[in-house]
Amino acid sequence: MVGELLLRPFLRFLSFVVSLREMRWNCLKGYKKYYGQKILWYLITFVIAVVLNFALPRLMPGDPVSAIAGQAASGMTDAQAIKKVYDEYVEKFGVNDPMIVQFGKWAKAAVQGDFGVSFSQYPRTVSDIIASSFGWTLALQLPAIILGWLLGNILGAVAAYMKGVFDKAILPAFLFISNVPAFGMGVILLTVFGIQLGWAPTSGAYGFDLIPNASWTFVKSVIAHYQLPFWSIVLVTIGGQAIGMRSMSIYELNADYVKYSRFLGIKDTKIVGYVFRNAMLPQITGLAMSLGTMMGGALVSEIIFSYPGLGTTMMSAIKGNDYPLLSACTLVITIMVLLANLFVEIIYGIIDPRVKAAQQD
Amino acid sequence: MKNTLRNIFHSPKFVIGFIIFFGLLAFTLIYPFFVAADPLDMVGQGNFFKPGTYVSVQDTVDAKYYTLNIQAKSSNLGDHIEEKDKQDMRDWLLNYGEVSQEELDAADDNALVVLWLEHYDEKAKQKGLLASKKKAYVRLNKEIVKLASDADLIIAVENEDGELEESKSVDSKQYVNTKDIANQRKLVLGTDNFGRDVLTELVQATKVSLKIGLIAGTVATLIGLMLGLLSGYIGGLFDNIIIFITNLFTVIPSFVLLILITYSVGQNARGVTLIAAVIGLTSWTWTCRSVRSQVISLRNRDHVNLSKLSGHSMIRIVLTDILPYVASYVVMAFILQISSGILAEAQLSMLGLGPSTTSTATLGQMMNWATMYSAHLNGSWWAYFPVVLVITLIAFSLNLMNTGLDQVFNPQLRD
Repeated sequence: MVGELLLRPFLRFLSFVVSLREMRWNCLKGYKKYYGQKILWYLITFVIAVVLNFALPRLMPGDPVSAIAGQAASGMTDAQAIKKVYDEYVEKFGVNDPMIVQFGKWAKAAVQGDFGVSFSQYPRTVSDIIASSFGWTLALQLPAIILGWLLGNILGAVAAYMKGVFDKAILPAFLFISNVPAFGMGVILLTVFGIQLGWAPTSGAYGFDLIPNASWTFVKSVIAHYQLPFWSIVLVTIGGQAIGMRSMSIYELNADYVKYSRFLGIKDTKIVGYVFRNAMLPQITGLAMSLGTMMGGALVSEIIFSYPGLGTTMMSAIKGNDYPLLSACTLVITIMVLLANLFVEIIYGIIDPRVKAAQQD
Repeated sequence: MKNTLRNIFHSPKFVIGFIIFFGLLAFTLIYPFFVAADPLDMVGQGNFFKPGTYVSVQDTVDAKYYTLNIQAKSSNLGDHIEEKDKQDMRDWLLNYGEVSQEELDAADDNALVVLWLEHYDEKAKQKGLLASKKKAYVRLNKEIVKLASDADLIIAVENEDGELEESKSVDSKQYVNTKDIANQRKLVLGTDNFGRDVLTELVQATKVSLKIGLIAGTVATLIGLMLGLLSGYIGGLFDNIIIFITNLFTVIPSFVLLILITYSVGQNARGVTLIAAVIGLTSWTWTCRSVRSQVISLRNRDHVNLSKLSGHSMIRIVLTDILPYVASYVVMAFILQISSGILAEAQLSMLGLGPSTTSTATLGQMMNWATMYSAHLNGSWWAYFPVVLVITLIAFSLNLMNTGLDQVFNPQLRD
């Protein structure tokens, strides 16, 4: 009897530990299932994106090979180059092979990073061009979009909570700005700060008289050239994010738990902390969802500044009828967006356990 | 319905957006009645003429002259000399013209010209000045003398023998009334790189872009609505397939698809309608997702079940019991689709994949040509700024309307 009484707390403790371990195990299983499904899903999407990238231009009416080869070679005078282009196409497209075999060949080369030779910038290889422009785009867009998103969320939250001048003047101003297309904002900033005020250089990613190296002059030049494209993307991003955050925050501020917390007398700052953490969650998904659109806009604004990123490369590929380069550009952009989305979803699973819980049902 | 409409038109945001949008639309419709010129007509020979009224020089010569007692030259002498030349003049006067710095600092544009005329001497010793620079000063001097002179201008006409015969002499006090001049063209926004009248082209382009937006929005909304309604209501395998495709195309950027498709159809097939349809075809996923999730929450409601028990057909249930509940959302999505369709066209055109330029002008094409001819670098603001403004105003007005509707249909968001 006494022994049992003594044992009871111990047993209770033991069962607690067991249940805790069980919970943890379930939890891990949940994560595994959640991430496993996500990664599988993204792999499928990736494969389909690659297939589309391959197949769409081949659905072109008529004989695409001779048409493209003819277009690509039309401006060339060097007979050797023209022959190289034709051979390249015949080999690349493998006209006589069935579609599946063609795809296999293409995919095999692509996996090894071989996207063929560029026509407009012959004899540079496509992978070489992509490698040199990819870094510029990533370094420009990633920080700009993240900063714009952060500033937008702060502005939206402040507008929802403080009201007053933030809600009546600053937010509408940024809303108006967010409707300016990214390239339009680029042109405006360029005219005002680049040409009228002369505060920043207007085109390129570094001084035209410099060769990329690790010197201080080069770094300074890169930073100076970075300003206008960077801020044009940031400014355009803020408004759209702010309006989303504002409505989410208003929803949350009106929620029952907020009223209840107020009745309990919990400090306002603490409630605001809860509210904004909850309001943030949909904003993270929102970022992932709109990433593709935002990147599209930012890519076009690169053209305004002749920034040597993927956007400018893509334009020159289109103007030069450079099919291999264009398709490699779109593929790289797709992969970037897919990876960013996957990253956001992984982060989201950690921040918001409810998502993972939903997977367990 | 009447009540909803009244609510909508009481929302200030919606009303402002509505006024801006329909104001723009009305302007594009009314403008052609006043200016009948072909928007694609290349009026100017050469690119980027400044905004202003252009009058025929021959007409001015032939017009009736009035003598006005206005000091003609001195009033705006300085405006005709470029800033760089003024600086050069100051430099010369300081170094070789024996003019003190104080005197120069005190001199305004007109005084500077007076000083120049007094002190400049071609033959003065100009130590350390390059020969080319010396010659440049001689040319500059000629120009200034011409500007400053008020000698009569003689107009001569070639007679039968091929000799010039004086027909008129004009002094600096003679003016013509612009109303007397038959041949004049007002280019409110100047001309673009092809020499087209920017305002007329802009009006036409706005109309075409709005059409693109409307077609793209309609296509996207119809596809999204139909797939969303069906997949939400039917469920099962059909739903799984649809949601798979929808998820797929929300993750693969529609921008990329748009580029690939428009590139593949080739330059010749790329018309306005085709571009609009392709934009619509790549942007229905959002509507579909949202409609589907709303239908799922609706399909087990009592009134839907009642309809089912009454033996109504599926089409009737979807149209009468479910559609009205998602209609407000669909209208809002449609409004946003129009604005994103216009933007998508602009971006495509900037990349060189827009509709062909020779047949129509679109906002994106205007922007594309302006950047290709570096209007933004050589200060021809009229070629790109109005275009950016119109795109912004369209997007802003549509977004305002959307926000206004949102506040009417979701009372929680109201202030």
